[in-house]
Amino acid sequence: MTDTSLAPASSTPGSRSRSLLELDPHTKKRNAAEARFRVYGIVAIGIGLFFLVALLYSILSNGLTAFYQTSVTLEVPLVQTEIDAAEKSVVKTSKYRDMIAAVLVQKMEQAGVATSMKSKELLQILSAGAPGTLRDHVLSHPEQIGTTATFDFLASSRVDGYLKGRVTRAALAEDKNLSAAHLDIIDQLVEKGIVEKGFNWNFIFGSDASDSRPEQAGIGVSMIGSLFMMLVVLVLSLPIGVAASIYLEEFAPKNRWTDLIEVNISNLAAVPSIVFGILGLSAFIQFAHLPQSAPLVGGLVLTLMTLPTIIISTRASLKSVPPSIRDAALGIGASKMQSVFHHVLPLAMPGILTGTIIGLAQALGETAPLLLIGMVGFIASEFPDGVFDGFLAPNSAMPAQIYEWAKRADPAFYERAWGGIIILLVFLMIMNIVAIILRRRFERRW
Amino acid sequence: MALSLLLLCLLALSALAYVLARGKAFKSAGGDIRLLHSLPGYYGWNGALTVALPSLVVLVLWLGIQPAVIDNSVASMISDHAAGESNVGLVMSDVRRIADGLDLAVESGAMTEDYAGSIHADLTDVRGRLGSLGVALGSEVTQEKMRAAQAYRSMTATGNWMRTGVVLLLAFVGLAISYRRADKDFRARNFVEQVVKGILISAALIAILTTVGIVFSLIFNTVEFFKLYPATDFFFGTTWTPSFGGGSDLGILPLMWATLYISFIALAVAVPVGLFAAIYLSEYAGSTVRSVAKPLLEVLAGIPTIVYGLFALLTVGPLLVEAFGEGGILGLGWMKGGTAVMTAGLVMGIMLIPFVSSLSDDIINAVPQAMRDGSLGLGATHSETVKQVILPAALPGIVGAILLAASRAIGETMIVVLGAGAAARLSLNPFDAMTTVTAKIVSQLTGDADFASPEALVAFALGMTLFVITLGLNIFALYIVRKYREQYD
Repeated sequence: MTDTSLAPASSTPGSRSRSLLELDPHTKKRNAAEARFRVYGIVAIGIGLFFLVALLYSILSNGLTAFYQTSVTLEVPLVQTEIDAAEKSVVKTSKYRDMIAAVLVQKMEQAGVATSMKSKELLQILSAGAPGTLRDHVLSHPEQIGTTATFDFLASSRVDGYLKGRVTRAALAEDKNLSAAHLDIIDQLVEKGIVEKGFNWNFIFGSDASDSRPEQAGIGVSMIGSLFMMLVVLVLSLPIGVAASIYLEEFAPKNRWTDLIEVNISNLAAVPSIVFGILGLSAFIQFAHLPQSAPLVGGLVLTLMTLPTIIISTRASLKSVPPSIRDAALGIGASKMQSVFHHVLPLAMPGILTGTIIGLAQALGETAPLLLIGMVGFIASEFPDGVFDGFLAPNSAMPAQIYEWAKRADPAFYERAWGGIIILLVFLMIMNIVAIILRRRFERRW
Repeated sequence: MALSLLLLCLLALSALAYVLARGKAFKSAGGDIRLLHSLPGYYGWNGALTVALPSLVVLVLWLGIQPAVIDNSVASMISDHAAGESNVGLVMSDVRRIADGLDLAVESGAMTEDYAGSIHADLTDVRGRLGSLGVALGSEVTQEKMRAAQAYRSMTATGNWMRTGVVLLLAFVGLAISYRRADKDFRARNFVEQVVKGILISAALIAILTTVGIVFSLIFNTVEFFKLYPATDFFFGTTWTPSFGGGSDLGILPLMWATLYISFIALAVAVPVGLFAAIYLSEYAGSTVRSVAKPLLEVLAGIPTIVYGLFALLTVGPLLVEAFGEGGILGLGWMKGGTAVMTAGLVMGIMLIPFVSSLSDDIINAVPQAMRDGSLGLGATHSETVKQVILPAALPGIVGAILLAASRAIGETMIVVLGAGAAARLSLNPFDAMTTVTAKIVSQLTGDADFASPEALVAFALGMTLFVITLGLNIFALYIVRKYREQYD
């Protein structure tokens, strides 16, 4: 028990005269190893956090611009005779295009922007969807005919990209959609306040647009698709998951069958999501002939994927309700079923809801199985009419829409994809915060 | 009767049964609740469940089976020479579209029901007429397809009528039975609880059913694939060149190689970082550092894989090209494009860091404190304790965690779809673009190929391989983790 008896064991012979306060080389080495080991740990955490920051930085720096969109403000006189003529022609938007072109040329003259470009070439500044916008407005507001209406037409994606710094003059050399001469005009129009950037509501609430019109693409329709899918997941996976966990936790006898089910569930939780996609494709679409790309089918597949997560967390929260609660209920004459449904389940509910929300958040971000059931391509183009259509009409989901944009050739879609990710992450963040608040506020420690 | 109306009917009938059964039981006790065996609500539930449950089960089964039965019998109507040029699946989808078109035509009043049932394709321009209603048909409507479509429609109509009849009959029988049974001596609570327990059991069985569904859907289509393509060529073929015109080489080896290569790189990133992070967090960090760093690391686990995919494609890929590509900073010229094994592996590694770290954290924390105290008491430094006592004790669990991470990496889809490239090749260079099993499942099944061609069916064989590998890894890992946990409990 004395220090002297330990001293020979810890120091080499011959260093006996050394003071305990002076470190010998061996101890120094050991301490250095200790310090190094500590640094490794800090570096590892640093690397992890660095990646997190890098990821968030690249999402925000690339995606925030999607929320702003360049538009051109023009006052278009709506003349009855011109509109009649336009509605009579075969390609209806072409006359509207001429109307816009005339206004654009006039506006530029007024602003003192000189150009030798023909009006058709000049129109490449605007989105190809501008005539359609004008026509839709005229048809839905016939009372405005005869007056002059002010429009914010979307600028084409190249112009938008130029103002956001994505498109350079050098890059336009081989571009047939826009030339450097256009950019000179744009610079002047920006000075005059005719071309402006505004908040892009259409991105949040609009529908997807075809390959050639990235400036019109929005995530709104696929958001609705995700919403309907999450409804299916919630309505199916919560009751089924809770019922299964109640059985396994409270009623199941300890035998081989119960073991089988339990092993099964923990394995299902680790099956790759793409395999669930294959199951959905062959069971729901090939066999049961449910419609392809429907949110209902997506919801069913995601339900099967989410069930294990919900069952595992529900069982944990059922387990955390102390047995005394059950015993007390049984003691005053409740049946086993009554004790579970009237006492244990309500007490476990906050935990169950937390688990469900986290499961839903996982399902919301899942992409791979949705691709297999056909939620890919240009399908989120129209809002569903009505609830029934919302479940059965082809639609995309937010992550599938992001994938779709990431795949397209025009780099203008990448900005949309990053922007879509911001929206997706905002939803996930809200869900997780709700889960955390639920847990903090209602979870009891027994 | 429309499905929604039928469901409403069922709902109304069960509500009626609830009220009737409850009322009758109450009356039989003379209004004295003490004479009832169970609480009055149980009598009502007894009624509602007897009405709703059997009819709902039958309805669901019917909905699942009817289309398959009708498809089979209509498919047998189509002669071989009609199917000869294409195949039965394609013809059937045509038939279904014609039938839908006729439905639409009748609904919109463009045709009468009789006319739609007797219309003759050789005499009328059906395609033009349906086209004017907005139903686009791919190929010309032959009389044979027309007959099949009409048979399809009439069988569906009959089926729907029978469905309504059977379901409603069952509901009424249930109503009668439960009404007769409702009596003050009837053990309503026991009955209801038995039924509820049955419902609970069937919910638990859905997990089994899912597994069975996965296995069956994989096996059936895989067997189908091996009928068209020899299994040895699939498992040992070294080239992957699918062409939808036929004559494609579908060897899994290049895909498997890329899958394992990417997983290896991912683990090489995730395991050291995750493990050291876990060790630091559980052994060194104070409670404040822990409470900040741990949730932040776990944020990485909550980010959807599509985000990592985009990160690989648009951020990490171009950065790597700048470093390792031709004319890059390092002047190596190893990398030709942004998508490569390295890109996908690196990003997947980032995704797996929190997975490895939180699993290892749990396992390290499960090592009893007495072992640490013993080691520290003998004069070992903290790091020596970790290296020589805690890690050996936790090793089986950590190996289990790494295996689980590996199974994750092998099954990961979006990162490799976006980040790894599309060409299959056997190469040692980690900066080459390669493609994996999961990426090919996606590309083979999202094309326009029909499901009978080996080029589409191969996806199921790939899925089967993937399922078997990940399942094996998972079972092995869970076995190790579980076995280890029992040691210290």
